[in-house]
Amino acid sequence: MGSVSVRECRFTKKRLFCSAVISAALVAFSAFADAELPVIEAVLTAAPQVPPPIDRDHPAKVVVSLDTTEQVGRLADGVEYVFWTFGGTVPGSFIRVREGDLVEFHLNNRPDSKMPHNIDLHAVTGPGGGATSSFTAPGHTTQFSFTALNPGLYVYHCATAPVGMHIANGMYGLILVEPEEGYPPVDREYYVMQSEFYTKGKFGEEGLRPFDMDEALSENPDYVVFNGSVGALQGDNSIHAEVGETVRLYVGNGGPNLVSSFHVIGEIFDTVYVEGGDLVNHNVQSTLVPAGGSAIVDFKVEVPGKLHLVDHSIFRAFNKGALGTINVSGDANTVVYSGQQYEGIYLPEGQAEQLVGDAHDAPASPTATSKEERILFGSRVYERNCLACHQSQGQGLPGAFPPLAGADYLLNDPKHAIAVLLEGLSGEIEVNGVTYNGVMPAVRLTDEQVANVLTYVLNSWGNDGGVIEVADVAAYRESR
Amino acid sequence: MQQGMVRIEAGGYTPLFRDEGGPPFIAVDAFLLDQYPVTNGEFARFVASEQRWAPQNIKPVFADSNYLAQWREVAPQGLEGIENQPVTNVSWFAARAYCDWRGKRLPNVDEWEYVAMASEEAPTVGDDPDFQARVLQWYSTPAITRLPDVQDTWRNYWGVHGLHGVVWELVNDFNTALVSGESRADSELENSLFCGAGAAAAVDPSDYAAFMRYAFRSSYGARSSISSMGFRCASDVPGAKGVNP
Repeated sequence: MGSVSVRECRFTKKRLFCSAVISAALVAFSAFADAELPVIEAVLTAAPQVPPPIDRDHPAKVVVSLDTTEQVGRLADGVEYVFWTFGGTVPGSFIRVREGDLVEFHLNNRPDSKMPHNIDLHAVTGPGGGATSSFTAPGHTTQFSFTALNPGLYVYHCATAPVGMHIANGMYGLILVEPEEGYPPVDREYYVMQSEFYTKGKFGEEGLRPFDMDEALSENPDYVVFNGSVGALQGDNSIHAEVGETVRLYVGNGGPNLVSSFHVIGEIFDTVYVEGGDLVNHNVQSTLVPAGGSAIVDFKVEVPGKLHLVDHSIFRAFNKGALGTINVSGDANTVVYSGQQYEGIYLPEGQAEQLVGDAHDAPASPTATSKEERILFGSRVYERNCLACHQSQGQGLPGAFPPLAGADYLLNDPKHAIAVLLEGLSGEIEVNGVTYNGVMPAVRLTDEQVANVLTYVLNSWGNDGGVIEVADVAAYRESR
Repeated sequence: MQQGMVRIEAGGYTPLFRDEGGPPFIAVDAFLLDQYPVTNGEFARFVASEQRWAPQNIKPVFADSNYLAQWREVAPQGLEGIENQPVTNVSWFAARAYCDWRGKRLPNVDEWEYVAMASEEAPTVGDDPDFQARVLQWYSTPAITRLPDVQDTWRNYWGVHGLHGVVWELVNDFNTALVSGESRADSELENSLFCGAGAAAAVDPSDYAAFMRYAFRSSYGARSSISSMGFRCASDVPGAKGVNP
């Protein structure tokens, strides 16, 4: 009863009424007085997995215990890097709590760490986001507590000097503070975090690559990746969904420098919790994820296939590793997406020679002084403008482009070809008993060129001769 | 001069952090510094003589439970194999007691940072990015379980071995750089070493190696015993005070 009322109240934004209901609910749960909250060990997961949704309708004391480590790991095939981590993975363990929970946080720095570390959780209201209270030397542990006052999806990161390097080496992750009423249920939830790496050497250069401070200062990374390495969300590591399911991605951006234009190729985000907060947007193609910020995106997958996660600052996806894959399996839905229905040759307007301004003002091309010259110059016009479709021997392409060699349509009325060249032609025609239904665009040629190319065609590939004169073309233009 | 010590001539250095209006350059008097970090073997002789600093006897107020952990974990049957390696997992209290026992003292931050500026060839390396990158790279890699013998470590201009690249080193006034653990909000103290604000007070925000040393020093307490932290001793040169150039 209590939780239903709370949900209604949140949706109607009757905050005062809401508080009253919560108070009433808390009285009913008098066992959960502050000092006696039920104690729960937090479930922590490595990306791309997310801990299960919280089904509690009351606050709890949630104990989170996270190790900081320094370890060599794979950045790309053949490329290693010394990662500094929360929980042994990059990005760090996903933490999930509920609005109002008291979080008891234990930060444990492994004895073989070289560096002291701390943690700044953006979900914390208090100095340093916890960093003041969690500065931990190697081989030591610290503890602090905070109440998760504000719901949303928050980045956490190490804030020890030099902070940029601690983040650049992999010290970030996400903490989700579920609203009291929870998020609408979905079929699948995944954890995706973008970040960049600055190494000595170029993208893909093999070996153990140290941190490159100059690259970091100029914000010019070699790697921009999802979930800590190139390919961490591809191939065998791809995430999965079935047709008809709803998918929610908890997207974070560890930075340290770049802002992400997060996009899923082939999907539209039905719902975006902008920057991980309360503001909800619908029907979004790409959403900005700030460095040190987040977004929650929901979408229903309608058709099977591969969906690609990218940073649509697209060179990062193409050249630096910012790619991931969602494999969607299930039955095709050709109404939503047909698949390829036709493949053919494309004839854009203006593929033929373009003339600036009126054709009559064009610089003079050589003028033919004999039938032989007309055929020679005409062959060049043909190669540039006609050959791609009508082919080198005028044979055309069966089913697509009619032949010119021995073509009754052309030879029965050669002067009609002038109109075809200057006006274009579309719709059904019959050539040598075969019906063609295509489009030929108008070709922008001078009168001289039209005369030359048609004379060439009439005298080639066994066609029986004839001449089209410039005057014939001019006469046609006059008659229009 | 005591055996195993080298004389560091008077000089000075530019600290990473300083108060507004504070000196841009800190003068350092001539002093003596141990050539090598203190080894497990040397520390064992101290403990044999001063029993109250033995792992089984030490009061918890003077060291945490990691104190000399490598003696029971790596070499439980004696110190064979680690005798000439730098001693680690020592607390500041124990390090001070050792130096006192030897008639010496711990170096202070200014002395240590001054000597740490020296490369192989010069007492002050200046803006040599290669040298800074080399030091940074050591700081960036995980601690190794097997440390080198002190004689096998890198030697700088002063003849001091292993100042970078082996272990962090305790200094006498380690806790003066920071007062609290976090200080983005605290502009009065010289302790803004966290997050972006850490750069605001720094003289050279690109000296990441120095940031790390300052951060490290502020992360531990006087009882802390850390597997990558050791120390060496210093002593005054009689009559050297106040004769800086």
